[in-house]
Amino acid sequence: MNAENSAVTAQALSQRIALTTRKLTLAYDGASVISDLDLAIPAGKITVLVGSNGCGKSTLLRGLARLLKPRHGTVYLDSASIFKLSTKEVAKRLGILPQGPVAPEGLTVRELVAQGRYPHQNWLQQWSKEDEWMVEQALSITDMIELADRSLDTLSGGQRQRAWIAMSLSQNTDILLLDEPTTFLDLAHQIEVLDLLYDLNQTQGRTIVMVLHDLNQACRYADCLVAIAQGQVVAQGEPAQIMTEALVREVFGLESRIIQDPVAGTPLCIPVGRRR
Amino acid sequence: MNHWITVRSRQISFRIDRRVPIVLVVLGLITLAIVLLSLGQGEYPISPIDVLKTLLKIETDNADYDFIIHTLRLPRALIAFLVGVGFAISGAILQGITRNPLAAPDIIGINAGASVVAVSFIVLFPSVPGFVLPIAAFAGAFVAAILIYLLAWDGGSSPIRLILIGVGIAAFTNAVISVMLTFGQINSVSQAWIWITGSVYGRSWEHLLPLLPWLIVLIPLALLLSRDLNVLHLGDDVARGVGSRVEWQRVLLLITSVALTGASVATAGTVGFVGLMAPHLARQLVGTAYEGLLPTAALMGGMITVLADLLGRTLFAPTELPCGVITATIGAPYFLYLLYQNRHQ
Amino acid sequence: MVKPSSLIREKARSPQKVIGRSQALLVVGLALCLLVLFICLITSITFGAAEIHPNTVFAALTAFDGSTEHLIIRTVRMPRSLIALMVGAALAVAGTILQGLTRNPLASPDILGINSGAAFAMVLVLFLLGGVSAPVYVGFAFLGAGLTAIAVYLLGSLGRSGMTPLKLVLAGSALTYLLFSLTTSILILDQETLDEIRFWLAGSVAGRDVSLFLQVLPCMVVGLLMAFAMGKPLTTLALGEDVATGLGLKTGWVKVTAIVVVVLLAGSAVAIAGPISFIGLIVPHVARFLIGTDYRWLLPYSACLGGILLLLADIGARLILKPQEIPVGIMTSLLGAPFFIYLARSRVKR
Repeated sequence: MNAENSAVTAQALSQRIALTTRKLTLAYDGASVISDLDLAIPAGKITVLVGSNGCGKSTLLRGLARLLKPRHGTVYLDSASIFKLSTKEVAKRLGILPQGPVAPEGLTVRELVAQGRYPHQNWLQQWSKEDEWMVEQALSITDMIELADRSLDTLSGGQRQRAWIAMSLSQNTDILLLDEPTTFLDLAHQIEVLDLLYDLNQTQGRTIVMVLHDLNQACRYADCLVAIAQGQVVAQGEPAQIMTEALVREVFGLESRIIQDPVAGTPLCIPVGRRR
Repeated sequence: MNHWITVRSRQISFRIDRRVPIVLVVLGLITLAIVLLSLGQGEYPISPIDVLKTLLKIETDNADYDFIIHTLRLPRALIAFLVGVGFAISGAILQGITRNPLAAPDIIGINAGASVVAVSFIVLFPSVPGFVLPIAAFAGAFVAAILIYLLAWDGGSSPIRLILIGVGIAAFTNAVISVMLTFGQINSVSQAWIWITGSVYGRSWEHLLPLLPWLIVLIPLALLLSRDLNVLHLGDDVARGVGSRVEWQRVLLLITSVALTGASVATAGTVGFVGLMAPHLARQLVGTAYEGLLPTAALMGGMITVLADLLGRTLFAPTELPCGVITATIGAPYFLYLLYQNRHQ
Repeated sequence: MVKPSSLIREKARSPQKVIGRSQALLVVGLALCLLVLFICLITSITFGAAEIHPNTVFAALTAFDGSTEHLIIRTVRMPRSLIALMVGAALAVAGTILQGLTRNPLASPDILGINSGAAFAMVLVLFLLGGVSAPVYVGFAFLGAGLTAIAVYLLGSLGRSGMTPLKLVLAGSALTYLLFSLTTSILILDQETLDEIRFWLAGSVAGRDVSLFLQVLPCMVVGLLMAFAMGKPLTTLALGEDVATGLGLKTGWVKVTAIVVVVLLAGSAVAIAGPISFIGLIVPHVARFLIGTDYRWLLPYSACLGGILLLLADIGARLILKPQEIPVGIMTSLLGAPFFIYLARSRVKR
């Protein structure tokens, strides 16, 4: 990491922090994927994790959402270790949308969105006024009111993904983690979903952490880009400051040119292949 | 907001699909009609009017009616109904936790576990008193469930492996049952055979009483857990994300399901496919939310079993077919139809 | 639902593995298998209520002298052992073909309900017509096996990429359950039939009708020969239907022929010995473990190994509760079910 990057990291650390990892080691079937990772996720920003296939970015996201128990180290939500809090307590503050979730057949959008209220309910209070209000709110933000009574399997991929995001919204958490929310969507729907997340961040100040496959989309939407290679953070900061040809080479093993995105002004990575 | 009926007071609030109350009433009426028909049916036919009169303790022309209905036929019909309820709720829960619409206690080997123990008792110790059988069946169901769960465990319980391993366990126990059936005295083998297929033949009040406490405890528990079932149905990660303690909930629900199956099998043997059919039909009527699905499935299961018993008694009269044969004959093709419907997933 | 490709973790089918075992080695291996098969056959004939020395066995076969011992060997022991051998071979080959055809490691005639279909048909004919001549009896077994096979096959080819192992197994269990239940209702209606056939229903090679065996034998032999002839197309088909068509294989014909072979083999096996389970599941796996995925070798190896396994199981069935004998079908189930669970654990991932 060069001096400039460290400065950016220091700057990031001085901000309000939503999630921190301390010496986090995550493993699948004995093989560790993330080792001794220290990372701070700024609050109120959009943070995007990028990296090549199998670099551990999805694993890290699962770790951050306490879906995966770390081998050692821990994740702090504010100042408390996420594993010391009850899982319901965490669910009130942090929502996670896993990759490619599958809904049971015949489930309606409204029914799905209502499930996001789970952490706020108990055996006696199963459907409070607030629950109802939050569900309607989530449906309207995601523009799903019209489709609310349709069954999920009759919707398009983009609509379905919006429904799942609405479910996470009705959970009403400050932090929202999403694992590749744009996979299996065509380009128009990808932008639709990313715009929705951007709006959520802008209008409601929610902290959004997501894994994205497309580097250029990541650069466009991220306030804070986290590049991961071999289970380690290679660079973290504003895309305009950290996106360099050297970084792409290090993270993806790919030669490229970085130019300015003519639409958003963010960095745009043009891969160099053999064919000119 | 007329999709749900919402009930709210200061302490409690809940919602159900608005279709649920109507469906429950209609199903209830149909079931009642079948029960009345069933009570009138037999060696000594009684008209539905007289059945109703007798039930309501209104004087009828024939003094024997009271004995025939209250002592002989009513407990049998009630047991058929309650056993169906048990299987249906058990199946609905199992379909939720395995996230597979094709799971049912009979397919995944829990029934087989109960059968093998019960059949062994019938064949090896024919003189054992009647009350031992339910307890044995119950224990068998539990041991099978625990085995399935442990064998499917691999750093977490995977729904697909739960089912496949259940099929394996069923194959194993069926082999053991074969041993019993091959070597037992032909009389006890016949008895065991009827029991395996599931029958409410000759069930009386003394069989009903041991079943009741289980249902009284477990059905409300299942209803309370329906919210957890809803989120488990969305997948482990999502469920964990919204704050469900997935493994713990799954174990609790599995125990509830097994206990219901165990109690039902103990009373009437393995009445197949009720646990599969009832939840599906119910889902088509009231949707997927478990708050409404469980009671609907329960009534549906009860109705199916009572109807199957009625058919079993009348189709080849005077020979009686166990109601399990009827449910399997209807249920297995239905299952294949479901497979066909699910072909693209 | 998970896609089949991610559901099944097939062992990498590397070409080296097939090439690595040279033809010569495969021939020697097969010869070795045949030798073991022969030893098992002799052992099977030697064991029994009356102790008979192996030399006497040979004498009875080569120089029959009409003594009681020789009679026992020729009329009781020999048929029994030969039936075990043939039934084992038939079921194993049927299983191998089914696993290739459905590209599904959990497929086999018993899991898919084909055995139960044959069994039900035979119970039905016994119930409806009472004592019938052997050809009718066998014909019904074929009919039952055939109809069930077609049903399972139609179910198995549903959907875009065929059926997941899970669904195929579930379809099989549902069919088995249904047929079992129908069989049961017949047996409840008619206790005499129950007593007559309950031993057969569990699957047994003991005390079978020799004339029946001789009548079924040609079907089995034809089935086996047809199967061996199908080695090459089956190997191609195992790559997937689209690839096979791309390579110029008439997949429709191969499949139809394969199903006919399965029905011949499974139907005749059930007709003689009742529904014997798990031979058709286990043997193909053992054979694949030994020689890889080339069906030209896989099929004869399966036949040999199937014969060996059922002979051994039958010997075990005679020894385990001596002097009582348990039906060999129960033996194979008790051994096979744990194997099935092992497969489900190791081959099917989340």
